Amino acid sequence: MKESNYLETLEQEAIYILRETAAQFEKPALLFSGGKDSIVLVHLALKAFRPGKFPFPLVHIDTGHNFPEALAFRDKLVSEIGEELIVGHVTDSIKKYNLKETQGRFPSRNALQAYTLLDTIESHGFDACIGGARRDEEKARAKERIFSLRDDFGQWDPKLQRPELWDIYNGRMQQGHNTRVFPISNWTELDIWNYIKANNIELPGLYFAHERECIEYNDKLIALSSFTPATLGDNVIKTQVRYRTVGDMTCTAAVASSAVTIDDIIEDIKQSRISERGQTRLDDLLSEAAMEDRKKKGYF
Amino acid sequence: MNTLKFITAGNVDDGKSTLIGRLLYDSNSISTDHLGVLASTNEIGQETIDLALITDGLRAEREQGITIDVAYKYFATERRKFIIADAPGHQQYTRNMVTAASVSDLIIILIDARKGITEQTKRHAAVASLMGIKKVIVAINKMDLIGYDVAVYEEIKRGFEGLNKQFNFSELIYIPISALNGDNIVSLSSNTHWYKGKPLLEVLETVEVDTQLENNARFQVQWVIRPQTKGYLDYRGYAGAVLSGDFNLGDHVRILPSNISAQIIGIEKNLQSVDKAVAGENVVLHFDADIDISRGDTIFLDIEDAPITGNQLNSWISWLDNQALQLGKTYILQHRFHSVRVKIKSINKKWDVNTLEFLPAQELQLNDIAQISLQTNQPLHYDAFATNSKTGNAILIDETSYDTVGALMFL
Repeated sequence: MKESNYLETLEQEAIYILRETAAQFEKPALLFSGGKDSIVLVHLALKAFRPGKFPFPLVHIDTGHNFPEALAFRDKLVSEIGEELIVGHVTDSIKKYNLKETQGRFPSRNALQAYTLLDTIESHGFDACIGGARRDEEKARAKERIFSLRDDFGQWDPKLQRPELWDIYNGRMQQGHNTRVFPISNWTELDIWNYIKANNIELPGLYFAHERECIEYNDKLIALSSFTPATLGDNVIKTQVRYRTVGDMTCTAAVASSAVTIDDIIEDIKQSRISERGQTRLDDLLSEAAMEDRKKKGYF
Repeated sequence: MNTLKFITAGNVDDGKSTLIGRLLYDSNSISTDHLGVLASTNEIGQETIDLALITDGLRAEREQGITIDVAYKYFATERRKFIIADAPGHQQYTRNMVTAASVSDLIIILIDARKGITEQTKRHAAVASLMGIKKVIVAINKMDLIGYDVAVYEEIKRGFEGLNKQFNFSELIYIPISALNGDNIVSLSSNTHWYKGKPLLEVLETVEVDTQLENNARFQVQWVIRPQTKGYLDYRGYAGAVLSGDFNLGDHVRILPSNISAQIIGIEKNLQSVDKAVAGENVVLHFDADIDISRGDTIFLDIEDAPITGNQLNSWISWLDNQALQLGKTYILQHRFHSVRVKIKSINKKWDVNTLEFLPAQELQLNDIAQISLQTNQPLHYDAFATNSKTGNAILIDETSYDTVGALMFL
């Protein structure tokens, strides 16, 4: 068997799920975060639907704390593929609902993001949202279905998930309910990178080693930015870093790395014994069940 | 490198979670931060990590002390990528085992060496056999607790061989293990010098995965691509799944339900033209004639046997819903990309998976398995599940709640 065989299995599965979503739902959307997983999703959608147009728009929930590089990359990608982009702004939800921002040194808008997502779903009438979540990322995601049902409040209840047999997907649901679809559920972080390499997929430069001014905070490196300015007593260093995940600037840590090519990154990941979220997401470290709690409230 | 999907089944205390934890841990697939979480739940002073906790995910479950759903775990070696569908052992969650088995190529049945074959062992083997799994590893666990006694191992092996007469497994492999100590998991153990087989991980790495390549060619249309944009005004491609066999450029095919024949004049895979499409691939087909083809249509080779066409069929069913099956009620039957309405006409016999006896039955409750007769409002084009596991299966959906209530394996 050739090395690429297992990547092809994953790719075929994802294409199958994307087409199934298009066929079963009236108004699906693809949630695009600008991170590597959703970039891979876009690439898979090209393979699933070209020469036709995507049967769904891309939807980005902009927290207002994004890396400028990620936003620039998003806009460039969207114009290259000529598909529709809908942006929902968390700042609008904060104003509209008078939401209280999370306090602390490196506040996350993760919890607030759910309001914007649910509003965007409702105002556009989306019945299915395709996301790039993977089961290997986190415990709460290991039990996720490919077609995951959410109630009127966007809530996920593990006990209410339908049995999902073979590769026959049931997308029927009550009015007001919503389905989240995860075509790359069975991919691991390493699979993503092997696929990016095999398909020459372009990524934002953030993923590759570059020089950056960072605050040393506990054992984490946080980029110096207007969202995360240095305070008295901070140790600010200029060093070679890369991002293993791309989330908000306020709560995503960089990793000290000299990996400048995809091969370097693959080697980095193989050596790493820390999960990507564990290494880079301050929001997941808050508590052991942080993701489970957020998911219940309608987070992806 | 390819992929093996497997399910592990065992009683609550058979060491199933410990085994999975061991495979993940020994293959370096568990991250240290996840271990940190596990360590924090340990009692003070306890030095070994609890391998079982690696697979127990949600707080709700830990509080209740059960695994409430199928959890998927991943690990890879140089030789293979593995996907574990971890199904809980509790009786009331048989439906989750059915779900996990449906996506698996192989099952590891764990038997506690001290207890031997139990009702649950039978049930797990029965469900695996019903769901079409052909390869079985019988892992006889906790060998350390019986002093690695070969006689106990042999007795359990003989017992399972006896059971297998009722099943249809094509490959049975017995391994004496201790998941806790790691005996015969990654490497052969000096404690079982009498065992001449391979360690578990090596079996998982080398066991052959069944493919549908040798079966009659079947294709179902999933999505029609008609861009109707400049340059593609006449483009009409039928995207779908090659479920079994292969299709080649120039092949004469027949399309159901219209029963019209056509010739394949183009095959696209991943936006490239190819000459051939094989089972497991999702491709776009083009035909020589302008035919009306829709989602759910079945395509097969004109020179091969046609699928069965009919609206009265017999089927195995695994009932998955809390509400009992109702005779005469209309349900939706989803045969992959093709849905029809269906009524269950009769329950022919129920299969008691604990005793493996067939019994007459008037109703079907959650976790029941039976043979039924059903009638659809439109003909289905299918094969028997035993002949073709990709075209002989369907799900049953409640018309009002839209829940998936049954798994069907056509006879």
